Amino acid sequence: MLGLFFLGVSLALREGRISPTELCKKCLNRIKKTQHLNAYITVTEESALKQAQQSEVRLLKGVPKGPLDGIPFAVKDNFCTKNIKTTCASKMLKDYTPPYNATVVQKLLDQGAVLMGKANLDEFAMGAGCTDGAFGPVKNPWSYAAPYREQTGAMLESDWAITGGSSGGSAAAVASLTSYLALGSDTGGSTRNPGALCGVVALKPTYGLLSRHGLIPLVNSMDVPGIMARSVNDAAIVLGILQGLDVRDSTTVPAPSPLTELPQDFDVKNICVGIPKEYHAPGLSEETLAQWSRVADLFERAGAQVKQVSLPHTQYSIVCYHVLCHAEVASNMARFDGLEYGHRSQIDSSTEVMYASTRHEGFNDVVRGRILSGNYFLLKQNYQHYFVKAQKVRRLIADDFRNVFGSGVDVLLTPTTLSDAACYQDFTQEDNRTRSAQEDVFTQPANMAGLPAVSVPTALSRRGLPIGLQLIGPALHDKKLLSVAQWIEQRVGFPSISDWDYSRESRNDTAVTKREQTSAV
Amino acid sequence: MTEDITWLFLDPSLKISFQGLTTSGVVSPDLHFIHTPQQLVGVVGLEIHAQINSSTKLFSGSSVRFSAPPNSLVSFFDASLPGTLPVLNRRCVEAAVMTGLALNCNINRKSLFDRKHYFYADLPAGYQITQQRQPVAVDGTLTYSLLEGKKRSQVIRKNVHIKQIQLEQDSGKSLHDDVHSQTLIDLNRAGVGLMELVMEPDMSCGEEAAAAVRELQLILQALGTCQGNMSEGQLRVDANVSVHRPGEPLGVRTEVKNINSVRYLARAIDYEIQRQIGILQRGGTVQNETRAYDSKSGLLIKHSLPISLTSAASFFRFMPEPNLPPLIVYEDNASLPAGIDACQAVVVQKIKEGLPELPSIKRDRLVQTYGILPEHSFTLVNEDGLVEYFEAVLMATKKEPRKVIGWVTNELLGHLKQQDLSVSQSPISPPALAELLELQETGHISSSVAKQVFQKMWRSPGKTAAQITQEHDLGLVSDTAQLHSICQKVVDSHPDEVHAIRNGNKKVLNKLMGLVQKETKGRADPVLVRKILQEKTS
Repeated sequence: MLGLFFLGVSLALREGRISPTELCKKCLNRIKKTQHLNAYITVTEESALKQAQQSEVRLLKGVPKGPLDGIPFAVKDNFCTKNIKTTCASKMLKDYTPPYNATVVQKLLDQGAVLMGKANLDEFAMGAGCTDGAFGPVKNPWSYAAPYREQTGAMLESDWAITGGSSGGSAAAVASLTSYLALGSDTGGSTRNPGALCGVVALKPTYGLLSRHGLIPLVNSMDVPGIMARSVNDAAIVLGILQGLDVRDSTTVPAPSPLTELPQDFDVKNICVGIPKEYHAPGLSEETLAQWSRVADLFERAGAQVKQVSLPHTQYSIVCYHVLCHAEVASNMARFDGLEYGHRSQIDSSTEVMYASTRHEGFNDVVRGRILSGNYFLLKQNYQHYFVKAQKVRRLIADDFRNVFGSGVDVLLTPTTLSDAACYQDFTQEDNRTRSAQEDVFTQPANMAGLPAVSVPTALSRRGLPIGLQLIGPALHDKKLLSVAQWIEQRVGFPSISDWDYSRESRNDTAVTKREQTSAV
Repeated sequence: MTEDITWLFLDPSLKISFQGLTTSGVVSPDLHFIHTPQQLVGVVGLEIHAQINSSTKLFSGSSVRFSAPPNSLVSFFDASLPGTLPVLNRRCVEAAVMTGLALNCNINRKSLFDRKHYFYADLPAGYQITQQRQPVAVDGTLTYSLLEGKKRSQVIRKNVHIKQIQLEQDSGKSLHDDVHSQTLIDLNRAGVGLMELVMEPDMSCGEEAAAAVRELQLILQALGTCQGNMSEGQLRVDANVSVHRPGEPLGVRTEVKNINSVRYLARAIDYEIQRQIGILQRGGTVQNETRAYDSKSGLLIKHSLPISLTSAASFFRFMPEPNLPPLIVYEDNASLPAGIDACQAVVVQKIKEGLPELPSIKRDRLVQTYGILPEHSFTLVNEDGLVEYFEAVLMATKKEPRKVIGWVTNELLGHLKQQDLSVSQSPISPPALAELLELQETGHISSSVAKQVFQKMWRSPGKTAAQITQEHDLGLVSDTAQLHSICQKVVDSHPDEVHAIRNGNKKVLNKLMGLVQKETKGRADPVLVRKILQEKTS
C-alpha cells in the first residue's frame, strides 16, 4: 500500500480498502521505523491523525475534497505551518511557531491531504548535501537498502550515503515511503538534487507559477516551491493543485492552463530534445554519462529529434549564482535580529551587542559566511563589479536558453548531478561552499533563467544508489515537460525501494533495533 | 559605523537676521571678509517625508491610524515574519502620482523598488523598501510665495525644483526608557506609506523654506494625499543647510532633523545658517553632520540614528527588491494592455482629471473673482475651510466682497485664533454673519454697532443679528427730531469747539460727531448726524 502512487492509493481509499486513519498510522509507524534517517524535524502525529479522521468522515460520506484527500504528505521545514514549529534547521528559529500557513501548504490542506511532519534540510536551505542543519544530517534511504549494502559491502553504521540537498528530508520522506509527496524548495537545485540522489521525481516549476508566500526565502528571485513525488503523474497532479496566481505573492503568474492528468501515451516523435554540450562537465561520472546517453538513445529510437545544442554562458552560471545568492541572503537574513521572534542572545549589554551575539549564536558558519560575502558584494564600491555584473550574466544565461528553445528545441536533457550520492564521510571532506558549487552545476542555470525543470530517476548505480536525469523546458511549459518526463519514466524501469526492506531491522544490529522498538510504541 | 548627533538647541528668544553679519555671538569679520564684497548666504534644500493618507499601509492590509494602542496595527508582514511578502497598495501609488502631477513632475511609467539596509530596532526587516534607482515621479517644481513689505502686501513668487518623489515604507517607533535602560518598540507606524519629496537647494533662508513647506502642506491637503499635520509626524522635514558666497561652489552641508512645525523649521534653518557663517568667519570649517532639534523633551539625549545618506551611501547596501515587479503606471485607458482591468491599474489621465483646485489657482481665482487683495487670498487659503466660509457669506449677502473680506479675515479669524478654534467650529455660521452684514448694509445698524453685535453673537450662538439688535436696542436712530435734540445738547455744551469750527477748523466736527455717537451708543445714523451738526455749527 505504501508503495503505491496517488491514483492507486486514492482508489484504495475511496473503495474503502484502507481508511485514511489506517494509512496515516502506517506512515507514522514507518516514520518511527526509519527514524535513523533523520528525515523529519517535527512529526505532527496528533494533528495528522485528526486530519486523517476528518478525511475519513468525508470519504465515508462519499464527498472527498479531491484526489489528495487522506493522502499523507511532508513539508520541508522552511515552509510556514500554522501552529507547527518551522525551524529552517537553524538554532535561530529552533522554537519558532508561525501564525500562518504558506499558500502551498494551505492548498494541500484544503485538498484534505494529511500533513505528517516537517522535513529536515540544510540550515536555511543553504547546502547541497542536507548535512548542514542544526538537527543533524539526513541519511539516504537507499544506503540502507539491499543493493547498496550488498554491492558496496557496507557494514558500518557510518557507511551511509547523503541524500543531497537542501531538501534532503523531503526526498528521504518520499523515498522511504513515509509520505506520498513532499514539498521542497528549489533555489539552485535543492529539490532536484536530492530527488535524483534519493530516486524520486523532483519538479522545480516555472518561477512564479507557485506562490512563495510562506516560504522562508533563500533567494527570492530564484526560489520556487518544489514538488517531490513517487511518479511524474503524481507530481503533475500536485502541480495542478498548487499552481496559479496568489494575491499574497506579487511575483506569481496565472497558470497557463488547468493541469489535468498527463497523457499516458505521449508521442515523442515530434519533439526535439537538446543535449547541451556544456553539460559534459568535469567530474561527471561515467555511470551518469551512460544513463544520459541511454535515455538520449531511447528518444532517438522513438523517433524524436535529438541534437546537440550550446548554452555558451553555462560556465559562468555557478559563480554568478553565488554572488546573487549571497547578496539576497545577506538581505533576507537581516530580519533575524532576535527582537520580534526567534533566538535572542542573553548577551544584551547594548542593542548592537545583542544583535551581533544573537546572529552569531543563531546562524551556522555557512549562513554567516554567506551574509558576510553578500554584504561585501552589496557595498557601494563593489555593487557594480559584483551584483550588477552577475545580473548581466544572468540575463545572458537566460538568453542562452531562450535562443535554444527559440531554435525549435522542446526540452533539454541533462544529468541532474555529477554522480550518485556520496558517502557522508567523503562528502564532508570538502566545505559547504565547494560542495554547493559542485553539486548545483547542472541545476542552478534553470533557476537563473526561471525555467521549469524536473529530475527523473533512471537507474541504480553500481553502488546501488539512484541516478537521475534532468529535463529543462521553456517557461510555463511545465505540462509538456512532465509529459516528456513521464515518457522517460515509463521506459527506464527504475525500481521501487519497496522491492527491498531497507529499515534497520533488516540488519543484524539488534541493539539499535531494540532501542527503536521501544521508542516506536 | 554610526555617527553621533549634535543636538541643536534653539533659544526661541534669539532673533536672527540672516542678512546682517553682526548678530550677537558672532565675532567681527577678519580682514579677508572686509575686503570681500559678497556676503555669505545660506543655501537650503529639503527632504520631506509625507505620510500618505490611506486607510491601509503601503505593502500590507493593516490599518493606518494615529495614536492607536501600541502594536495594535501590525500585520505579519509589518512585523517582518519570515515568509511574508509585500503587496503594493494601489491607493498609495495613486497618491504619489497625484502629488507628482500637482507638483508638475514627470511621472515615470515604470518605477522600481529597492531595499535599503540598516539595523535599527524599529525596522523589523533590517531594510526599508524604497525607490532608490527609479522613483515614481521626477523633475517637478513647487511655486510658493513670500509676502514682503511693511504690510506684507507685496507678493514675491519663487520656485523650488523637486528632484523626485519616491514611495517608501515608514519605520516603527522606538521609545527609549533610560531608567530601565530598555527600548520599547511600537510597530503601528511600521510600513505606513511615505512619499519622500526631495527639494533641490534652491532656497536661501528659513523663511523661504517655511513658505515652501507651507505651500506644499496646502497642496497635499487640497489633494488629500497627506493630512500634512507636522506635529503628528504626517509631514516630516529634514533640511540640508550650507553657506557660500554667490557664484562660489556650495559649502559643506549639515542636515537638520526632527523639526515638527513650520515655525521651528524657519528658526532652525536660520540658526544653522548663522552658526555656519560664524564658524567660517572665525576661520573654522563646517563639519558634515546631522543636527537634531528636539522640541518635546528639550533635553540632551545622546542617541544614534541611522546616519545620513551623504556620509554612508555604502553603508545601506542598496539592492533591488526582488519580491516586487516593476511598478507600471499607464498614460490613459487606451494604453492599457489587453487583459488589464482599468480599475486595477493606475491611470495617469484619470488621476489628472480628478485633480482638485490647487491653492495657487484658488488664490488667483479669489483675487480675480472678488477683487480682494492678494494678501487676503493668502489668509483665506491658509486657513482650512475659510475660503468656503467666505464664499458662503457672499452667497447670502449683497455686500461687496471687498467689504466682507475684512469681517472674515479680521473679526472672524481673530476670534477663532484667540480661542484656538477651527473654521468649522465657529459659533457664527456664514448665513448668520451674512445676516449681520445685511443689517449694516441696509442701514439698520452702524458699522460700529455691527462689531458689537458680532461679539454678542459670538458669545450667544444661535441668536440672530436681528434678535440681538432688538434685545439690546441697537438699531440705528434715524428719528430726525430726536437726533436734532441730541445734537443741540452737544453743541450747547461745547461752545469752544463750535467756535473753532466756525473759524474754519472743520476737523473738530468729528469730535462732536463722536460725542453724539457716545450719547446714542453708536446707534446714530452718521450721515444724518453730520448733516445736522454742520447746520448747527455753520
